[in-house]
Amino acid sequence: MTSRTRNLSLFMALVALVLFPLFGSSFYVGLVTRIFIVAIFALSLDLLIGYTGLVSFGHAAFFGIGGYALAIAFQDAAVIHIWQALPLSLAAAGLAALVVGWISIRTSGVYFIMITLAMAQMFFYYFFESSRFGGDDGIFLFFKPVLMIGSEDILKLDHENNFYYFALACLVSGYLFLVMILRAPFGKVITAIKANEHRVRALGYSTNGYKLVSFVIAGTLAGLAGFLEGAHTGYVNPSYMSWHESGVCIAIVILGGMGTLYGPIVGAFIIVLLQNFLPELTGHWQLLLGGIVIAVVLFLPRGATSLFPRIIAFFRSKQKIDPKGPTDG
Amino acid sequence: MELSFYLVQLLNAIQYGFLLFLVASGLTLLFGIMGIINLAHGSFYMLGSYLAYWLTGVTGSLWLGILLGLPIALAVGYLVERFAISFLFKLDHLYQVLLTFALILVFNELQQILWGTDVHSVPIPAILSGSFQLTENQSYPVYRLFISAACIALAGAMYWVIQKTRLGMTIRAGASNREMVQALGINVNRLFAFVFSMGVGLAAFAGMLAAPIDSVYPGMGDNVLIISFVVVVIGGTGSIKGAFVGAMLIGLVSTFGKVLLPEMASVVVYALMAIILLWRPQGLFGKVA
Repeated sequence: MTSRTRNLSLFMALVALVLFPLFGSSFYVGLVTRIFIVAIFALSLDLLIGYTGLVSFGHAAFFGIGGYALAIAFQDAAVIHIWQALPLSLAAAGLAALVVGWISIRTSGVYFIMITLAMAQMFFYYFFESSRFGGDDGIFLFFKPVLMIGSEDILKLDHENNFYYFALACLVSGYLFLVMILRAPFGKVITAIKANEHRVRALGYSTNGYKLVSFVIAGTLAGLAGFLEGAHTGYVNPSYMSWHESGVCIAIVILGGMGTLYGPIVGAFIIVLLQNFLPELTGHWQLLLGGIVIAVVLFLPRGATSLFPRIIAFFRSKQKIDPKGPTDG
Repeated sequence: MELSFYLVQLLNAIQYGFLLFLVASGLTLLFGIMGIINLAHGSFYMLGSYLAYWLTGVTGSLWLGILLGLPIALAVGYLVERFAISFLFKLDHLYQVLLTFALILVFNELQQILWGTDVHSVPIPAILSGSFQLTENQSYPVYRLFISAACIALAGAMYWVIQKTRLGMTIRAGASNREMVQALGINVNRLFAFVFSMGVGLAAFAGMLAAPIDSVYPGMGDNVLIISFVVVVIGGTGSIKGAFVGAMLIGLVSTFGKVLLPEMASVVVYALMAIILLWRPQGLFGKVA
C-alpha cells in the first residue's frame, strides 16, 4: 500500500467516524467510543512490541493506573476538571512506567515478558487487596469530567456524543503524536533497536535509555486510555490491570497488524466488536475468540491489515496491469 | 504456642513450595530446552485438579482418581504438544505468548463446558484424614505432610533421572546447547516431546494432590501459572535447581507474608522478584545471556 492510498483511506475513515454520531444510536456511539479507548491502549502497546521490540505482557498496569489516578483523586469531587485530572492520570501512569521500565529493561527476551507480567500482577494485587482503594469492588465515579475556562463550560463529557468526539480527538492526537516521534531521530533509533540492538549499541547509542523512554511514552499513552475508560464507564476496578487485559491487548495489536499504526486501530475494532457480539451467539464465546487468535497466529501472523495491500492489488490487477510493476513500498 | 504456630506455617510454606516446584520444573525445562514460553502450563494444573475431582467422584477414591487421571493428563499433553506447541519452535516469543494465551482461553472455556462453573471440593482420603497434635491447640493435617513427602519423593526421582541417567544427561545438554546436542545425533524433537509430557504430568499431578486441600474452581490454573513464572524467573530459566530454590523462596515468602503482612501478601512475592532481578537479572541460577 502506498502512503497516499493509506493516508486517503485513513482520512476517509476519519470522516466516516466524525459523521457517525449523526446516524448511530447512542448504544453504538458508546460502543465506538469504547473502541477508540481500546485503540489508544493498543496503539501504545504497538510502540513497544511493533517498533521497539519490547514484548510487554503487563501493559494493562498503566491502563489501570491511569484510571485509578482519576478515581482516587476525584471520587469525592463535585466537579472533575479535565485540565487537572488528565495530566494527573498521565503523570501517574508515566511514573509507574518509569519505575517498571527501569527494573525490567535490564533484562531481555523471555525474562522481559515475565517481569512485565509479574510487575503488573503486583499492581493488580495491590489494588485488589487494599481496602483503601475499594478492593476488588473498585471505585465509582459519579460525575463526568468537564473542561471549563473561567466559569464557562467548554466541554461536558456527560453527553455521549461529546465523549465520543473527545475520545476520537484523543485517538487522533495519540496517532499523530506517534507518527511524529517515529519520524524523529528517536523513532529511527528505536526501530533500529528492534532490528538489531547490538549494532545500535556499537554505533554508540545508549539503547537502554531509548528503550526506557519508549516504555514511558507507551505507559503514559496507556494511562490516557485508562483515564478515558474510567471516565466513560464511571468506575475503576482491579480488572483493568488483570493480565487477561494485557493478553487481549497483545492479541489486538497482532490481529490488526503490529508495526503499523493503523493496525492496532483495526484490531481494536475487530476485537471489541467480537467481544460484544460473540456472546449473543454462544455462551462459550471465549472458545471462539481463542480459536480466532490461534488461527491468526498460525495463518496471518502479520495481522488483518496485511491483507489490505493484497486486496487492493487484486482489484487493481483486474483493471489494468501496471507496466512499472507493483508500487507497494 | 508461638513457636508451634510458626512451625505449622513453615510446614505449610514447604508444602506449597513443593507443589510450585512440580509446576515450575516443567515450565523451566520447556524454556531451557526449546526456548518455548508456555502460558498454558497452568491449565494442566487445573486439568489435574478437575480430573481428580471428577474421577474421585466416579471411583470413590482419590488414589484411583490419580491412577486413572494421570494417563488422561499425559494423553492431553501429548495432543497439545502435537497440535499446538510443536508449531511454536519456529515462532518468535511474541507469537508463543499469544498462541498459548489463546490456548488458555480455549482450555478455560472447555473446562466450563465439561465441568461447569461451580466451585468443587475433593474429600481427603480416609487413611490420611487425621492430624498430628503438636500442642494443645495446634495440629497439623497428615494429608499436607503426605503432599510434602510425595513431592520429595518425586523431586528425588527427578534429581536422579536428570543427574544420573543418560536421558537426564541429554536433557541437561539440550538445555545448555540445543544445536550441539542435535549435531551429535540426538533427536531433540523427540526429547522435547518427552520432556513436555513429563512437565504436563508433573503439573497435573500437583493439581491432583492439591485438590483435597484447595477448592477446585474455574480459572484456578491462571494463578498458579503466574506464580510459577515468578519461580522460573527467580531461579533462572532452564535450571531445575533454580526452580527448586525459587519455589521454596516463594513458598516461604507468600506463606509468611500472609501471616505477617496480610494486606500486602501477594504484593510481597512480586516485590521479592523485583529485588532479586535488580541484583541478578538472569535469575539466581541462570546463565548470563
